[in-house]
Amino acid sequence: MAAPISQAATPTYETRRRPSRVAAWIVLITVALIALPLVLPSYQVSIATQILIFGVLAMSIDVLAGYGGRTSLGHGAIFGASTYVVIYWTSVLGGGIWTGIALGILCTTLLAAVFALLAIRTSGVYFLLLTLALGMIVWGLCLRWTSVTGGENGLRGIGRPDLIADHISFYYAVLLVVVPVTWAMWRFVHSPFGLTLRGIRDSESRMRGLGYNVPLHLFIAFVASGFFAGVAGALYALFNNFVSPSTVQLSQSVAALLMAITGGVGTLLGSFVGATLIISLENAVSVFTARWPTVLGLTFVLIMIFAPEGVVGRARILLSQRRKRQSSRALH
Amino acid sequence: MTGINLFQILNGLTFAALLFIVASGFTLIFGLLRIVNLAHGALYLIGGLAGYSVAEATGSAALGAVAAMALVALLGAVLERGLMRFVRGAELRQVLLTLGVAFILDDVALVIWGGDTFTVPVPPMLQGAMRVGGVFYPKFRIFVLALGVVVFAALWLLLNHTRLGALIRAGVDDPEMVEASGINIRRVFLGTFMLGTALAGLGGVVGGAFLTLYPTADAEILVFSLAVVIIGGRGSLVGAAVGALLVGLLNSIGRVMFPELAYFVIFGPMALLLAFRPLGLFGKAA
Repeated sequence: MAAPISQAATPTYETRRRPSRVAAWIVLITVALIALPLVLPSYQVSIATQILIFGVLAMSIDVLAGYGGRTSLGHGAIFGASTYVVIYWTSVLGGGIWTGIALGILCTTLLAAVFALLAIRTSGVYFLLLTLALGMIVWGLCLRWTSVTGGENGLRGIGRPDLIADHISFYYAVLLVVVPVTWAMWRFVHSPFGLTLRGIRDSESRMRGLGYNVPLHLFIAFVASGFFAGVAGALYALFNNFVSPSTVQLSQSVAALLMAITGGVGTLLGSFVGATLIISLENAVSVFTARWPTVLGLTFVLIMIFAPEGVVGRARILLSQRRKRQSSRALH
Repeated sequence: MTGINLFQILNGLTFAALLFIVASGFTLIFGLLRIVNLAHGALYLIGGLAGYSVAEATGSAALGAVAAMALVALLGAVLERGLMRFVRGAELRQVLLTLGVAFILDDVALVIWGGDTFTVPVPPMLQGAMRVGGVFYPKFRIFVLALGVVVFAALWLLLNHTRLGALIRAGVDDPEMVEASGINIRRVFLGTFMLGTALAGLGGVVGGAFLTLYPTADAEILVFSLAVVIIGGRGSLVGAAVGALLVGLLNSIGRVMFPELAYFVIFGPMALLLAFRPLGLFGKAA
């Protein structure tokens, strides 16, 4: 049985909205995203960049959790592996940045394929534990394999190319990547393939009975999800210019999963809402205290108890309840 | 390579004994209560550190171990009664909740004890080395090995030959029926949860004496325990023992042959096993 985190967060079908209204929203959001650096101070712009990057990571988790019914705790490691490859390639081997990014994403996709081969046969809690263990192995390797990874000292990058060196142009560069990537993920989960994936989430045995190749679908979904996490990781290499075991550690996976859950599992774009909330919270909290892990843990506990369907998921429930009430009123 | 000798095998066996003590608590809670407690590693760390403080203050490691087990069992009770009640029945929400708790506990440990490395003092009786089959080996590690065997035997007897064990097993199969026969099943489950976490606390003190305790020790022991439970299959005591032996020995061999990649050596067999038995060696489908 594929158990989603919360049944309520995963509507079987999206209500079809009018295309004109969707287009208006898209234009509005695009204009807001483009105008953002013009109104925000440069520190906030870099936070916005971070939100975009982690939004992609959280979405990559949501592709599996919300549509495949497989909650992963290994995506922080997949993401960080890409960061490691990009920085190792550019700073230690002296390779070009673009090749580095391509290699980073490629290696990560391969890593995701290995993870997928091991994990797709399991579901529910077992899947979670297995991806957790796999992610921890990546972390252990990064920590102990000092001759390559620099151990706890980590690796420093060579900086961004001149063209995207400053905060604002880098923000636009990231935006330029994130928008098509988001679109690709959106298409991916709304394609017939995505529908099959949802079918697997809701009833694996029925899909198997209908003749779908369940493991193959999950494998492809996992690899695609790993690819997207790799894109986020490569962007993060440019953003952070430094990588250490803390980039691949469990709390990275946990924070990213928390973003996906806070936004609402199975809403995809909710990941950006989640990323905005969690990263803003982290920045706000760090002003007052160094106890971010406690706050992160507490947020996790509270969300699990009170709002497992997340912000966007909750909004959707409220919206559909209102709609139902309106339609029942119209009937009477 | 002829680097594998009796000494390394003994290292592997004693590490396996520690792993068994920790992982048996994990698998007990996982298998019988269907709760995956990812705070297990954090409880190990807190237990070890508390045991260290008590042992330093009183000069008695045994007292430290008892205090650690009591404290961690208490924390377990708070977790089970205070938090898990809100997410009962929802497996994934339970796991993620315990993960949140793990982060909080780790951070609390960092605030109280700081980021230093601690070694729980070994009682004088167990200090020094003894001769085992031609090699000198630390007495304390032999003690850990014996302790692992004792814990295994005690748990096996508890589960298979006592009334409480029968209640626990019955409660897993059909909690409603057990309730209907006039038994407070929630109390049985709470007891099991506390026993499982107490084992993490005991592991923390024992592990703290020969592996030392440091801020990431909880994550390391957790991944080893996960490997043990994934290999052994959930809820199986024998599985946990076999898994602990495999992981312990492989880890010890890996450390000798590929010092930097030791972590990787437990990964290969786990992967191979999962390809054939996704539920582990002794796992049964729920």
